[in-house]
Amino acid sequence: MPWVIHIVTVVVVLFVVLNLAAGLIWVERRLLALWQDRYGPNRVGPFGLLQVAADTIKLFFKEDWVPPFADKPVFILAPAIVMLTVLMSFTVIPFAPGIAVSDLNIGLLFVLAMSSLGVYSVVLGGWASDNKYSLLGGLRAAAQMLSYEVFMGLALMGVVIMVGSFSLSAIVEAQQKIWFVIPQFLGFILFLIAGVAETRRLPFDIPEAESELVAGFHSEYSGMKFGMFFIGEYVGVVLISALITLLFFGGWLGPGLPPLLWFIIKTFAFICFFILLRAGLPRPRFDQLMSWGWKIMLPLALANILVTGAVVLWAR
Amino acid sequence: MISVFRTLWHILLHMFRKRVTIQYPEEKPYLAPRYRGRIILARDPDGGERCVACYLCAVACPVDCIALQATEDDTGRRYPEFFRINFSRCIFCGYCEEACPTYAIQLTPDFEICEHHRQNLVYEKEDLMISGQGKYPGYSFWRVAGVKIGGKDKGEAEREDPPTDLHSLMP
Repeated sequence: MPWVIHIVTVVVVLFVVLNLAAGLIWVERRLLALWQDRYGPNRVGPFGLLQVAADTIKLFFKEDWVPPFADKPVFILAPAIVMLTVLMSFTVIPFAPGIAVSDLNIGLLFVLAMSSLGVYSVVLGGWASDNKYSLLGGLRAAAQMLSYEVFMGLALMGVVIMVGSFSLSAIVEAQQKIWFVIPQFLGFILFLIAGVAETRRLPFDIPEAESELVAGFHSEYSGMKFGMFFIGEYVGVVLISALITLLFFGGWLGPGLPPLLWFIIKTFAFICFFILLRAGLPRPRFDQLMSWGWKIMLPLALANILVTGAVVLWAR
Repeated sequence: MISVFRTLWHILLHMFRKRVTIQYPEEKPYLAPRYRGRIILARDPDGGERCVACYLCAVACPVDCIALQATEDDTGRRYPEFFRINFSRCIFCGYCEEACPTYAIQLTPDFEICEHHRQNLVYEKEDLMISGQGKYPGYSFWRVAGVKIGGKDKGEAEREDPPTDLHSLMP
């Protein structure tokens, strides 16, 4: 009965990803503390691990308030979109050979499409809140996504050209000899930067920018709606880390350890790197971000495609 | 661009630094001897009360948290009949300690005086008195003051000359 296995896979992936997102709150706080000479949450339970449970329970029991001036249906829809799109992206991620919800042959396109849809949640959330800070946050999110979505996809085309397939498992299998981070180093750097911008993580948390815009697009959100924005953000971090692992660092390939473990180790390393970026770098100005995106990153991505295509054709 | 990686590398190295956090309930922070915490009333070297109930602390207190009533014992020593500090109002400014002419009222490096009920923060004299002399050992107001009390006449204090006899004071 293959459909039973499918359902089990879906449930397991959903369960693991959601728990991972919640657990990342703890990981992030501990790691940030580690890099700031502190301890971080270490009181609740062993190593402070139950902090996650405490935070979750707190979020569930908080008043879930919809402001009377807000556009109610859109206000409620916005956090659902971010969760939905990010979780949908996970359906095509192959964790190990054969362990994937569905191994689409256009998996990479699907992920890009879903992550592009995710911006709707931010823009709609910012708009529906009817709050000037939220609106500014939504506005910035729209501009940021517009600038970064373009070269995010283009940066990956080098990999696609080399493999000749959009299927994520085919891309991993093509890295048996050499990880794509070496021939596609420029693509890797571009995708990394775009990925940080895509997940709205620091240093590109311009839509949130708590020092300028209160909390940006989610200023008016509370309770579990706020929690969903956050889980969406953390799942997004996991997603981008998993994508970097799959596309540039050989996915589950590696000596000795079982494939799934290799995938987890590599992904976790990138999650830690994301947090390190947060610990280290200041937020650029809004116009700096956009001019970087359009004037430097986009031409670089196009040049990368051109050179990769030329080399692939020449080698054929 | 290089500065970005330099920053990240240096932050990564912070993992191996010593933590600055003091894990409070298990690990106590160092508090300087002059830290302004819980207020106490100190005693003489003889074990008597230092406080002479002069009201200077109550006057100096900016939040009026000190209440006392002066009285005298049969030897003529002034002392407070009651002495009450409301720690729920106290701001630990230390003005009372500065105002005190007899080193009786002192602030200590103890801050762990939380209570569940506000009323429990009102300390009476028996709560405030300590058995020792606090920060100024060896000082006794009555021994150096030129005030006549039972057992010590005028001019009998330490480093005090006998009073001048005005009738024999001739030019």
